[in-house]
Amino acid sequence: MTLAFAAALPARGFDVELDVAEGRTLALLGPNGAGKSTALGITAGTLRPHDGHVTLDGRPLVRAEDGRTRTWVPPHARQVALLAQEPLLFPHLSVRQNVAFGPRSQGAARRAADAAADRRLAQVGLAHLADRPPSTLSGGQAQRVAVARALAAEPRLLLLDEPMAALDVDVTPELRQTLKHLLAGQTAIITTHDVLDALLLADEVAVIEDGRVVERGPTPQVLSRPRSAFAARIAGLNLLTGVWTGGGVRTPAGEMVHGHDPGDGLAAGAPMTAVFRPAAVSVYLDERHGSPRNTFRGTVRSLEPRGDLVRVRTDHLAADVTPQAAAELSLTPGTRVWLSVKAAEVDVYPG
Amino acid sequence: MRVSTGSTTGRTGSTTGGAAAVGLPRWAFAPAAVGGLFVLLPLVAMATRVDWSSYWSLVTSESARAALLLSLQTSAASTVVCLVLGVPMALVLARCRFPGIDLLRSLVMVPLVLPPVVGGIALLYTFGRRGLLGETLEVAGLQIAFSTTAVVLAQTFVALPFLVMSLEGALRTAGARYEVVAASLGARPTTVLRRVTLPLVWPGLLSGAVLSFARALGEFGATITFAGSLQGVTRTLPLEIYLQRETDPDAAVALSLLLVVVAVLVIAATRQGRPGRSVL
Repeated sequence: MTLAFAAALPARGFDVELDVAEGRTLALLGPNGAGKSTALGITAGTLRPHDGHVTLDGRPLVRAEDGRTRTWVPPHARQVALLAQEPLLFPHLSVRQNVAFGPRSQGAARRAADAAADRRLAQVGLAHLADRPPSTLSGGQAQRVAVARALAAEPRLLLLDEPMAALDVDVTPELRQTLKHLLAGQTAIITTHDVLDALLLADEVAVIEDGRVVERGPTPQVLSRPRSAFAARIAGLNLLTGVWTGGGVRTPAGEMVHGHDPGDGLAAGAPMTAVFRPAAVSVYLDERHGSPRNTFRGTVRSLEPRGDLVRVRTDHLAADVTPQAAAELSLTPGTRVWLSVKAAEVDVYPG
Repeated sequence: MRVSTGSTTGRTGSTTGGAAAVGLPRWAFAPAAVGGLFVLLPLVAMATRVDWSSYWSLVTSESARAALLLSLQTSAASTVVCLVLGVPMALVLARCRFPGIDLLRSLVMVPLVLPPVVGGIALLYTFGRRGLLGETLEVAGLQIAFSTTAVVLAQTFVALPFLVMSLEGALRTAGARYEVVAASLGARPTTVLRRVTLPLVWPGLLSGAVLSFARALGEFGATITFAGSLQGVTRTLPLEIYLQRETDPDAAVALSLLLVVVAVLVIAATRQGRPGRSVL
């Protein structure tokens, strides 16, 4: 076991046990204030637990008993890198100097550190921005540089604290693809309240509510058969599996699904999954054309209230519509409908 | 903030000619103008009293030159002492949390509200011959009161809060988030301070140092009480001006104008050196 974590902080009502195996990624899901950031803070060394221990590769990072810290490794000596919501690139350093900061701080010579930085920047596709000041980057570019910077420090454990939360929705798919690529083989913990992050990036999921782990297990299992209220609420994504055709995913039923380009190097015929949220799906009584859309034929099977919206379920898909729309379309079980979702709302990934 | 990737200029936050003061009530301009005049008018009034024909000889007299040189030297020395002591003080006040830190913060600011002459008396009872530390220092062969060292101590005493306040404010505004990231990348605390914290608060550090220098340059009350007025040793420019006012008002006015010019030059030089954009 690479990371073993068992810590309590009664002042915050926090009592959590976690572990992450070598090269695996654990997603911490949970509502705001549930204790996700507390877990990261204790691991990174910005918070002291009241009781418990954190061990990385068999090396104790912190051990506390009843409010007394028995073992304490300072944050800089933990080999635990932190990627926050905001990129927090050092504004007085160039992009290259930012990425080289970790190697330089750990004693690498300037030349070697710069070479490592350029390599990492190439991995996130931003080698051409190396000499820029961070203030000239877009939000998505800055966050990718922050990813390169965190990885350049060669951490034993990478902590990602809602890395997509502060970004525009139109750049998150790109960063998610970058992370999916780079997190392979990297031991990591990612906190999120977006189920897509968990689905695409994490091998395992732990759901935290009120400072306790209420559910944990392999990602597909937790998301397909959620037992906790939170997991149930955020799961329920539309999942379509099929094969890659070079331009989209063809399902066994013959439907074509277009989405965000998953990147190069995919052979036609590779197994693929397309994912989108029910809220991104529109319901019509006739077929719509134009704009890059995916449309699916279906029959309404059930209607159920879901907060301010109504969840419309067909045989294999779900859509969230307003009660007004449901009434205008006279949706009842048995109604034949067209479901439509913009390609931009669809994530496509191998597997 | 987002700048297109094709842009080559990196300037941000600069106000241009098109900017308008939205939400500023019109009546605010009148008292603002009065306030500006209140500062400017006395300086103009003083300048009109300068005897320009003898100005040069007045400000280059032996006593004037000695006073100006001493003022610049001691102010520079006390600014250095302020930096050496004040930067760590600001770091502790801005970043540490322990019982009594609020009290400590208030105490550090005491010299700001204390009349300088009281500060001078306090220093005398600390470093003077019969002061708290004076006897110990005398045994060690050090006599501080009424020496140039005393001038530097007096100036440091009154100028230190300016540096600490300015830098602590900048540190709080910058926040500790960059430092947390830097540490997580493997940087030791000293590396974080040198490569992240201080560069981020550079404008605050610079303005704090300038304020300290300016305050040291103008220091009078604590200096005359604790260091006395000995030409070339402790008689700084403000002391010289006060002394000349009794005997030669023309010389006092001429030296006053000199002090104003020096102060304005110092501020202008640092404004020039500061980049036009904010660091954050």
